[in-house]
Amino acid sequence: MTDDLLALKAETDAALAAATDLRAWDAIRVAVLGRNGTLTGLLRDLGKTAPDQRRERGAALNQFKDALNAAIEIRKIALEAAALNARLAEEKIDVTLPPRPRPLGLIHPIARTMEEIVAIFGAMGCTVSDGPDVESDWYNFGALNIPAHHPARADHDTFYLPAIGEKPPPVLRTHTSPVQIRTMLMQPPPIRTIVIGRTYRADHDATHSPMFHQCEGLIIDRGLTLGHLKGVLTDFLRTFFDISNLPVRFRSSYFPFTEPSMEVDIGWNRKTGELGKGGDWLEILGSGMVHPRVLANCGIDPREWQGFAWGMGVERVTMLKHGMADLRPFYESDIRWLRHYGFNPLAPTMLHEGV
Amino acid sequence: MKFSLSWLKTHLETEAPLDTITDTLTRIGLELEGVENKGAALAPFRIVHVREAVQHPNADRLRVCTVDTGDGTVTVVCGAPNARTGMKAVLATAGSTIPADGSVLKVGEIRGVKSEGMLMSAREMGLGDDHSGIVEVPADAPVGASYAAWAGMDDPIIEIGVTPNRGDCFSVRGVARDLAAAGIGTLKPFAPAKIAPVFDSGPHWVNNFPETCSWILGRTIRGVKNSPSPKWLQDRLISIGLRPINALVDVTNFFTMDLGRPLHVFDVGKLTGETLTLRRGAGETMLALNGKEYTLTAEDCAICDAAGVQSIAGVIGGQPTGCDEQTTAVFVECALFDPVRIALTGRRHQVVSDARQRFERGLDPALMTDAIEAATALIIELCGGAPGAVTEAGAEPAWQRDATMRFARIASFGGSDIPADEAVTSLERLGFNVRHRDAEAVTVAVPSWRNDVAGKIALDQHPDLDGEKAAAAAEGCETIEPENDLIEEVLRLRGLDAVTAVSLPQSGPVPAATLTPRQTRAALARRTLAAQGLNECVTFSFMAAAEAAPFGDTTDSLRLSNPIAADLDQLRPTPIATLAMAAKRNAARGYADLALFEVGPAFDATAPHGQRLVAAGVRAGSSPRGWASAVQAVDAMDAKADLWAAMAALEVPIEGIMLTQDAPSFYHPGRSATVRQGPKTILGRFGELHPRVIGDLGLPGPMVAFELDLDAVSDRKRRRKSAPDLSAFQPLRRDFAFLVDTTVAADAVLRAAKGAERTLIAGVTLFDVYEGDKVPVGKKSLAIEVIFQPRERTLTDAEIEAACQKVIAAVAKSTGAALR
Repeated sequence: MTDDLLALKAETDAALAAATDLRAWDAIRVAVLGRNGTLTGLLRDLGKTAPDQRRERGAALNQFKDALNAAIEIRKIALEAAALNARLAEEKIDVTLPPRPRPLGLIHPIARTMEEIVAIFGAMGCTVSDGPDVESDWYNFGALNIPAHHPARADHDTFYLPAIGEKPPPVLRTHTSPVQIRTMLMQPPPIRTIVIGRTYRADHDATHSPMFHQCEGLIIDRGLTLGHLKGVLTDFLRTFFDISNLPVRFRSSYFPFTEPSMEVDIGWNRKTGELGKGGDWLEILGSGMVHPRVLANCGIDPREWQGFAWGMGVERVTMLKHGMADLRPFYESDIRWLRHYGFNPLAPTMLHEGV
Repeated sequence: MKFSLSWLKTHLETEAPLDTITDTLTRIGLELEGVENKGAALAPFRIVHVREAVQHPNADRLRVCTVDTGDGTVTVVCGAPNARTGMKAVLATAGSTIPADGSVLKVGEIRGVKSEGMLMSAREMGLGDDHSGIVEVPADAPVGASYAAWAGMDDPIIEIGVTPNRGDCFSVRGVARDLAAAGIGTLKPFAPAKIAPVFDSGPHWVNNFPETCSWILGRTIRGVKNSPSPKWLQDRLISIGLRPINALVDVTNFFTMDLGRPLHVFDVGKLTGETLTLRRGAGETMLALNGKEYTLTAEDCAICDAAGVQSIAGVIGGQPTGCDEQTTAVFVECALFDPVRIALTGRRHQVVSDARQRFERGLDPALMTDAIEAATALIIELCGGAPGAVTEAGAEPAWQRDATMRFARIASFGGSDIPADEAVTSLERLGFNVRHRDAEAVTVAVPSWRNDVAGKIALDQHPDLDGEKAAAAAEGCETIEPENDLIEEVLRLRGLDAVTAVSLPQSGPVPAATLTPRQTRAALARRTLAAQGLNECVTFSFMAAAEAAPFGDTTDSLRLSNPIAADLDQLRPTPIATLAMAAKRNAARGYADLALFEVGPAFDATAPHGQRLVAAGVRAGSSPRGWASAVQAVDAMDAKADLWAAMAALEVPIEGIMLTQDAPSFYHPGRSATVRQGPKTILGRFGELHPRVIGDLGLPGPMVAFELDLDAVSDRKRRRKSAPDLSAFQPLRRDFAFLVDTTVAADAVLRAAKGAERTLIAGVTLFDVYEGDKVPVGKKSLAIEVIFQPRERTLTDAEIEAACQKVIAAVAKSTGAALR
């Protein structure tokens, strides 16, 4: 390269280095490579060069042009990067700002427990049956072998509604068992069903609420024994509480609508409330083989069909599972309690995700 | 029922420890409810003789006592002012726990003198507050004996729950019998001797109400001296919480508990005439032993002398003829009353007595004569006197019956492998007598006290059952019930824990759907509403009638006859009512911005079964405060959005929805709507609550609400979807601003625009609503974006212009709109 070219190169390099934005850079580019640019002028002047030197000069000019082009392009990339960086720096936000609120509500613990119960018994082939909250005396008591004079009626603390005509007054169902009767009248055996819903008793203190929820089960088939009753409830309790070796005890008891009747206890520690260990027993549900009178009241021949039924308090198992101390807040709708104990609606109970 | 261990042991010969007895009670269905054992804490304390008490050499207030414990002598330093030579006291030796503070006593040295124990005050033993000195025991108390035993405080009180079927265990003897059958000791014989009468006069029975009383006995005892009972009898009654009254009354209470055999005693001197008549009540009023007056109905059984009603049979006796300390002649009544009639009388008059409790569960009919002899013997023992002849009316009913059990059913019903021999032995131990046995089955005679086994079967079959089916079922019950009764006994004695648990056989390779479509709707609505930011509540189905009234029809037929509280007497017309009150409670706690919902019943006398399943919600206050957007008060459109989200989740076709502005009166009339599907179906409602309702109930305002009737939503259809129309051409968007009367519904404009060119228009969006000074009064501007979706080729400018004109014309035609 000749001196004039070297000088021009040095001059351009210096100018490029001094350019701090794309506008200055573009002025240099035009000044060198533009129509009236220095390099364009030199190329134009090539024709005036003596023919014997033209080849050499041409080669030198081409080399020089490539070098200039590269230098200009490199500077452009650098300036663009700097400009982007400057913009990014300017666009910086405070990432610690709280996100825009998109409130998600929560599912009530009673509904959650119901879902879990349904999932587990559903896996055993049960459907869910419904019935009304206001029941006739016959469905709530008579059909279930609890005649008007029965001492068990005294334990039920029944709410009554005004009588219509000569019939006994309707009641708020004291248990979910009337739905057993409705199911047996509607569908011939075999039957595998559970009933979950509101039940009512005139009792109100720290451990009793005038409205509460029960889960009832009814399984009727040929050849089902008390052993199956124990199996179903043991399987359920261990799955529900997620304790595979939860101790489960069955004790003789009495309910008018089952025989034999059993109270079911689970092992726990009375002092700590921890389930599954501790050597104490906690009564958790009632159960039994469906009484032949109940079957017969629904037109089912007990010589052919037998089965079992159970009932448990939804709140009670919820409180045990989650270590909740007090029953009353369940119905209070205190938003602080709901937010504390509520469940994510987008994570419903699914057996394959674990109960 | 309560009884003491020593009382139990008057019927049961056993050495079994208390724990074994109580565990067995629970196992065989007599659930232990509690054991009170004062004696346990006192067990280490013995009665001692203070041989010498001398002044402590180094302390003015202390004495050094040399104490004879019965098997040696120990030295005790004692500070009690009453510690003195020759007294008898109670000693705690080193290692004992002091009940008052739980500390463990150690051998110590007090001011240089060794002390090997402590003489106890009442307070230190946890027996009261007396700490003025050590307990002084009478001189005749045996040295070395357990203080608790000597003082009668070592007798544990056992309380069990007796289930309604086990009337026989409402007695100490019945419990003893069941325990003996379960292998805890042997039942002592009970065979009171017949007492020969020495006269034959006094009241006799006339039974004019045999439906209530099948058999009744009575006996006069003359020349009795009634006074307080002896200590043993008083102790027995006090131990189970009964108040001793006088010997004659105490005897009846004793047998009520001991044999489960209620008795009644009349003071013969206060009776008028020579007969006691059982008859229907006739409106008479009687002053009862509890001091209350009862007016008898024709369904009650009255026991009357010539002067009138003296007792309500089986429930409570009358005060005027009761026995007191002046009684010299007593008439003992021992009757067999009908359980159902006694239960109904007891309930009618709301009397809960020990007698009623036992009568209504059924008594042992074979115990009548033994009971009256035992009672006579005890009365003569305590009060002296001469027995008269037993008078009776009616006769022992035929209670004898058999029951048969097929051995195979122990396994096929009971799930148990108990062998036939063991099963039969269990029944025999319980008092069943084998009448016939072969390889397949056993037939036993049911003991007189077990009226829960093979009893009379009363069915209450549904009236609409097919006659043949009903008869077969009833016949099946006759066979199966007595057999199940016996299997229950066999399983009960072995313990139900001995039955092996068997998992339920699968009903199919994969279970069918668990929920019905309606139940699935409820679940989906619940999840969807929670995902909209509403928190799920569970509120009571009942509320105060006055608070329910603004929310709908509060008919009397949905008002409780016996509410637990005045503010929980009316079944709610809609969950919105209870949710609104919940919002009010939260606002009072300082949480006024709320979004609550519930899926539950709305009670409506006109609905099938009187209720509808609804998903309802309320929002109150404002949107959450935040840096990114301004706070906005909730409005009707928030409730609409919630409702629309739920309907979308339930796949309600929104296109077919119609809104009418006739929501119930608790809504703001101009800011609410009824959501209809077709001419008849009301799916739900939404809107702002009426300011008057907010004011009257003191609700936090503004408040908006919605409800979706899940019973009105139709089941989801599993229809196959048609293939989607995914055009290859870009859509065109054009904006239009229309000027319409303010009364024109936005929906009308949107529908008209959309209908202008159905094949071309893929969507219409309302993006601006303006009312104000830039438009004429009475007008509003609605700006919409219309999306044209070409399908076969790009549209030409002329085609686009034509389509736009169609939109303008269609909107103008149906709403009177003009392009702005």
